[in-house]
Amino acid sequence: MNSLKPLLIRTLQLALVLWAVVTILFLMFRLMPGSPLAAYIDPTFTEEQQEALIRQFGLDKPLWQQYFTYLVNLLKGELGYSFRYRAPVAERIWLLLPNTLILTFSSLIVAYVFGILAGAWLAWRRGSRVEVAALPVVLATRAMPEFWLGMVLLAIFSFSLGWFPAGGTRSAGTEYSSLWALYTSADFLSHLALPMLTLAIYSQGLPLLLMRSNMLDVMKEDFVTMAKVKGLSSYAVVVRHGARNALLPVVTSFAIAVGYQLQGNVVVESVFSWPGLGRELVAAVLASDYPLAQGAFLMIAIVVIAMNLIADLLYTFLDPRISHA
Amino acid sequence: MPETVADTHESGVARIFAAIRLPVGDPFALAGLVIYAVFIVTAICAPYIAPYDPSEILYTADYDLASDLPPGAKGHLLGTTSLGRDIFSQIVWGARSALLVGFTAAFMVAFIGSIVGLLAGYFGGWVDAVLMRLADVAFGIPFLPFVIVISAFSEPSIWNTVIAMGLVLWRDTGRVIRSQVLSLRSRGYVEAARVVGSSDLKIILRHITPNILPLSFLYGSIAIGWAILTEASISFLGFGDPDAISWGFMLQDAFASQALARQAYYWFIPPGLAIILVVSAGFFISRGYENLLFPKLGR
Repeated sequence: MNSLKPLLIRTLQLALVLWAVVTILFLMFRLMPGSPLAAYIDPTFTEEQQEALIRQFGLDKPLWQQYFTYLVNLLKGELGYSFRYRAPVAERIWLLLPNTLILTFSSLIVAYVFGILAGAWLAWRRGSRVEVAALPVVLATRAMPEFWLGMVLLAIFSFSLGWFPAGGTRSAGTEYSSLWALYTSADFLSHLALPMLTLAIYSQGLPLLLMRSNMLDVMKEDFVTMAKVKGLSSYAVVVRHGARNALLPVVTSFAIAVGYQLQGNVVVESVFSWPGLGRELVAAVLASDYPLAQGAFLMIAIVVIAMNLIADLLYTFLDPRISHA
Repeated sequence: MPETVADTHESGVARIFAAIRLPVGDPFALAGLVIYAVFIVTAICAPYIAPYDPSEILYTADYDLASDLPPGAKGHLLGTTSLGRDIFSQIVWGARSALLVGFTAAFMVAFIGSIVGLLAGYFGGWVDAVLMRLADVAFGIPFLPFVIVISAFSEPSIWNTVIAMGLVLWRDTGRVIRSQVLSLRSRGYVEAARVVGSSDLKIILRHITPNILPLSFLYGSIAIGWAILTEASISFLGFGDPDAISWGFMLQDAFASQALARQAYYWFIPPGLAIILVVSAGFFISRGYENLLFPKLGR
């Protein structure tokens, strides 16, 4: 296959990016004010624990040796020991990752389904009063601080109307036999509703505007004119000929949106006390729990970079017109 | 001879102004420019517009703390906070922080992005390769977590946001300007300038830069919004400068003081609306630019 080589190059480039980000992370947490031990060792750890960590991360060695130890430990999945939880960071991260992913993907799926339909509809109604009124509104949703939107929804639907709980993932005292039972329970879904809606309202603008402008482009192409000339109904022209072709770049943008969403999650998870990676990152930094902060940052960065790669791959495979020259 | 030099210099300046082309013809952009004008005047005249010092703790006539007053209460257009501070005065002063952060960060982003794009696009080869891999790295850094860590490890200040934006967000501008320079580089007049022996610096400054300035401004106007939103998020999460009154700080104050549970909408709605207004003004202007630069996307 001809397209395989550029993809391989791109994958290698992004592996280098990952390495660069990991290095930046190392430098940020080592060059911070305070003792170099502070990144891994809390003074309240027992003597044995401290010594074990010093050995594991080579904290008594020069910086460049620490750096290699750090890389090797990362490859083994060793992220250190959380100060607050007295537990391995990796364990904590794997516990929180599903919550963040559920919030991210559910909100993005809602945002994309709505954005694609509304974008196609607005393109079809081009020049109408609805379209003229809708565009500034859509632009304004992109201009909202996500956490503020969350605060407004929280005040209205939780504190005023009492329809939804104010935060967390489940009511106090509820127990579930498995994670699956938790994630499909009505209780969990009602906790998910408001943060999900917040992120969905913020995110629908991108697919909507993309879909609209792509539709406008596609509708000018010869095959659409041809379909109209053949006397097909406007529905058939818009949906079967227009939308299908306009959809491609929108689908590709999904992967990029996942990366951006993970960053927006940081504030929205904090508003709704959603136990995810973003809120944990903020809490860990505020509490000077540096190993956990590094771990959460790293995990978010890995997902962002992986999504950039997937976007590149989708772009190449879905659209034959694009080639990486 | 000196006259011609002065002449070309002047026409160069005139050309730059012509090149920026404020998109006043577009209704969206015009609305955005009007909002900006109001915003800038408010920020500059804040001490004359605001009835109170935004961080002053106020008392009522009977020496009670003027806390949690509803909007319209004597002398308080938008009411007061739980600590007895005037909300309207905070909104007015918040414009100043937003203006400072927005414009300096936008300048950094547009400036660094343009330089990177110009160098990568014009010189190509290893310069291009190095700069574009750096852009890849910038794209791999989760922006908000990065700002959080930077803010946590340095003195709380609104400049942390500006510095972090300058370090990371030049990536979009840099890539777009690079591809624009790539296409400009092979144009006839650039070739001609090269043939008559113009230096690289002269070609970049005189023939290429004026043509990419509108794009730099386009990305700059978007970056103003990003900066204001980022500063608001950082303040909201508690990493902001506690002495600087910003709209993000107001929201954090309201959130932490249980304004949501008490349904004190008058407290947390205005700062949000102020942010939306200013950020969408930047988007409106950038849309006007897009219509101007890429007419295909418009009507």
